Amino acid sequence: MKITREDVLRVAELANLELTESELSTYGAQLASILSYCEKLNELDTKNVEPLAQILESGAAGADKDQAPDGGERQHLRNDAPRDAGIIREVVRRAPDGLDAEPAYFRVPKVIDR
Amino acid sequence: MAVEAGCYNFGLAMARATQEASSIPPEVLARYEPVIGLETHVQLKTATKIFCACSARFGDPPNRNTCPVCLGLPGALPVLNRRALELAVKAALALHCTVEERSRFARKNYFYPDLPKGYQISMYELPLATRGWLEIEHDGKTKRIGITRLHLEDDAAKGMHEGFPDSDRNTYIDFNRGGVPLIEIVSEPDIRSPEEAHAYLTALKQILLYTEVSDCNMEEGSLRCDANVSVRRHGEQNFGTKTEVKNLNSFRYLVHALEYEIERQVQTLESGGTIAQETRLWNVAAGRTEPMRSKEYAHDYRYFPEPDLLPVHATKAMLARVRAEMPELPAARRARFVRDYGITPYDAGVLTATRELADYFEQTVRAGAAAKTASNWIQTELLRRLNASGEEIAASRIRPEALAELIALVERGEVTAASGKAIFAKMFETGKPAGRIAAEDGHRQIQDAGEIERACREVIKKNPDQTAKYRAGNEGVFKFLVGQVMRATRGQANPQVVNEALRRLLAAK
Repeated sequence: MKITREDVLRVAELANLELTESELSTYGAQLASILSYCEKLNELDTKNVEPLAQILESGAAGADKDQAPDGGERQHLRNDAPRDAGIIREVVRRAPDGLDAEPAYFRVPKVIDR
Repeated sequence: MAVEAGCYNFGLAMARATQEASSIPPEVLARYEPVIGLETHVQLKTATKIFCACSARFGDPPNRNTCPVCLGLPGALPVLNRRALELAVKAALALHCTVEERSRFARKNYFYPDLPKGYQISMYELPLATRGWLEIEHDGKTKRIGITRLHLEDDAAKGMHEGFPDSDRNTYIDFNRGGVPLIEIVSEPDIRSPEEAHAYLTALKQILLYTEVSDCNMEEGSLRCDANVSVRRHGEQNFGTKTEVKNLNSFRYLVHALEYEIERQVQTLESGGTIAQETRLWNVAAGRTEPMRSKEYAHDYRYFPEPDLLPVHATKAMLARVRAEMPELPAARRARFVRDYGITPYDAGVLTATRELADYFEQTVRAGAAAKTASNWIQTELLRRLNASGEEIAASRIRPEALAELIALVERGEVTAASGKAIFAKMFETGKPAGRIAAEDGHRQIQDAGEIERACREVIKKNPDQTAKYRAGNEGVFKFLVGQVMRATRGQANPQVVNEALRRLLAAK
């Protein structure tokens, strides 16, 4: 798969990365190699295969979509019951510019240069 | 590239000159047809956030309701809130959408300080629900506005740009709002005027309140609105280039911003210009829309299926459960009020404005009041006083049964209509029952013919001139004499009995 220098620059920009010239060629080559490897999949005929986004999804397909074998719902849902994690002070202490106070805050520059 | 963390903040001057939409002749404006679609974000009425067990309550101390999931800490995994899903399904059904058997969350990637994960969990190619509609009433006509899609997503955190000693340099982030459940409701471009947009948002809010999907509190950001706007010549089939107008967080701003943006686009086209496809912000203070600072990098969100969440299955069991808790919706209730209570469509519209008001009306009728009379009392006295005091109907000291009692007193002629209003005012203040106020304040109407006759004789005796004029054929004087009797009885005599007695006594001699 052909990856242009512009492709790498665009992906880097979207990922907020600044790459040096040598990194550009290194990652360009790596990306091309990864995509070529994945291209192998195109050799298979997938005309009648539904796209699969998550590997666990395959287990959810079947005749009876309403009920799991145990009678409950197949999907994993959470009940709407609040629980206090109580971790905020610890988190702000480790944040780059956290305000370990009451109330605790995260602080960021008003203008972000990138 | 410099990106303003506070780009939703208005003090920041826009580099580009804004075209002033000032004075377009109405006939020029009339040549164009606005095409509007609305994207509405609604916070769901859950106790917890969409993917974690943190409280979704508004107004808590900043950052209290946070955990590894909603702070985007590495390794934390989201689990979908069942209630959020049910409420989204409920909204979808109320909006006549098709709830997809299978839908999927997707990551919308962009960098912003209020988005700790670096992506928003939203839905993209497989939304929760599609192809619905909602009816609006405007200019006495009913119109159907299509709903393109309805999907679930998490909200971003709140950036606080003002009020700190270092606010000139820093923005503070409060993650309490980060991760609260939202639905985004996207309308078809079926809206043709700012007034229709207002009617759409009104109808949508009413349905969301009836179904208790959201509290729709615009001040707290529970209901937010963006608009896609374009204009075209009447008769033109293709759409013009659209702009997206953001920050329409009140009904007033929505109408003003749309009016401004429509005029701006017409003026631009009339002066030979072209519309740039861009995102614009409604600047409340300046009263105009302004191009938003370009976030060029953000135009490519690189959506992809959310690997941490399985597809959502709207099971038959869930749909049945949600349908079972669906209340009678506003349109159905309006129709039933007209049919069952014989009130006008207009009155039915007023009385069904909120579920609480409609309940109040029906309880008053159930307590024995005639529907039309109850409707009148509620629309005039009750709503006027509630508006004046800024109270909710739920907090009113006059319960429906008490109002029915007052109406009965007036209907039976025990108090005059005027006294009824005075009693109502006192009930509203004190919550005392009507009968007691009527007795305590001497509002009981004088029905006793003997007592009224005595008062009439007294008035005739005291006004020989007027009496003579009446007998000479001057009918106009009669009103004066009635007035004198009413005055003598402090307004409590039954006017009909007074009329009869006076005529009889005046004719007797």
